[in-house]
Amino acid sequence: MGRTFGTQEFLYLLKAIPWTLLLSLGALAGGAFVGLFIAILRTAPSRLLRGLATGYIEIFQGTPVLMQLFVTYYGLAVLFNIRVDAWPAVLLAFTLYSGAFLGEIWRGSIQAIPRPQWEAAACLSLSFPKQLWYVILPQAARISIPPTVGFAVQLIKSTSIAAIIGFVELTRAGQLMTNTTFKPMIVYPIVAALYFILCWPLSLLARTLERRIDATLGIKKHF
Amino acid sequence: MPLLALRSISKRFSSHQALEDVSLEVDAGEVVAIIGRSGSGKSTLLRCINGLEKVDGGTIEFDGKPCDPRRLRELRREIGIVFQSYNLFPHLSVERNITLGLTAAKGMPIAEAQRLARKVLRMVDLEDKIAAYPLRLSGGQQQRVAIARALAMEPRLVLFDEITAALDAELIGEVIQVLDKLARDGMTMVLVTHEMGFARRSADTIVFMHQGRIWEKGAPASLFGAPATAELASFIDAILAVDPARRRRIG
Repeated sequence: MGRTFGTQEFLYLLKAIPWTLLLSLGALAGGAFVGLFIAILRTAPSRLLRGLATGYIEIFQGTPVLMQLFVTYYGLAVLFNIRVDAWPAVLLAFTLYSGAFLGEIWRGSIQAIPRPQWEAAACLSLSFPKQLWYVILPQAARISIPPTVGFAVQLIKSTSIAAIIGFVELTRAGQLMTNTTFKPMIVYPIVAALYFILCWPLSLLARTLERRIDATLGIKKHF
Repeated sequence: MPLLALRSISKRFSSHQALEDVSLEVDAGEVVAIIGRSGSGKSTLLRCINGLEKVDGGTIEFDGKPCDPRRLRELRREIGIVFQSYNLFPHLSVERNITLGLTAAKGMPIAEAQRLARKVLRMVDLEDKIAAYPLRLSGGQQQRVAIARALAMEPRLVLFDEITAALDAELIGEVIQVLDKLARDGMTMVLVTHEMGFARRSADTIVFMHQGRIWEKGAPASLFGAPATAELASFIDAILAVDPARRRRIG
């Protein structure tokens, strides 16, 4: 007979939340950096650069994140002949994974801005980087809010995969508590609820933000 | 010396010859109205002038110097353009729409740019909308802001590409009024327009384009009074037939 699931056990789960958040935030920040780079390469005039960026996206969107995690975890160890901690390995894996998705989301957002907006900016004698900075990116940012937040929510949930290589975040903490209490039907619903509490406000925030921006700018949606 | 000189320019879009051997001179202070059926090359001609389209042949000279595609940004400080669909920046206030080019392209201090914005908005009678966002304005108001934005750059030539074509009939008048005023003030303008009344009243020269060529050119009275070609005559008839309101405005 295992331990009962009490306050101690619940607190243990709560204490794992910061790791889930830290991993998600770290991957998002790193992914944003990689993603912006990829988005710009994807719209570059050079065919080679576009091809490289497309290849990157295809690989990371076309393979399971679990495999990417294994490859970085074991790959780093093999390549550098060192034992790699779980933390840098999962952070790297999720950063590369996020970079591919964010890059593609943002490329779409940039390309969704109508050509006349570029032309109007160019006709005001703005240089290409200034057209991008003052006119295109702010508008692209607005339309990328829903898919970006949608991806962030996906990412928070996907970080549960890091449990497999022993990184103790929320899901791994749940596994450990199940092992000691033998009460999966209490532990896992609680873990699921905790994920929901992390993700739901994000979706709400995105919706509010979108509504507020649209109201300020006078943008009308048709449905 | 003309301010703008097009010498035998041509432009091709894959199999479609949009412009063929077009030559045109525009003097400082002159108002040139380009008319013609859709697809006759009017807008393409305008877009070639400020480098939005590259010409395939011929040369364009501004102020006696050939336009160098590598120095488009300098050219665009001198040549403004107003589009049919306004193309205001929806995420920026009316004021910022106007000051952006001044601060970011011309390096003007923001306070000075804001003073200038107020001044040009007064010219188009929209000073009270300075803080509004473009999508909150009517089409006519948006187009007047777009005119103000072009004027704020203090260009020596302004191009107008069918700027009333997207507007409801009752909003056209307020935009035309602004154009009339600019013409009186001596602004050099090249306009693609279907507003025959405006063209007759305010243009110095009418250019009739047909199939990518300049078919007829001359003073409004002679061109409208006695079209030399059957194409122009039938074009004028067609314009007046579809829109009786224009017949009234043509006067």
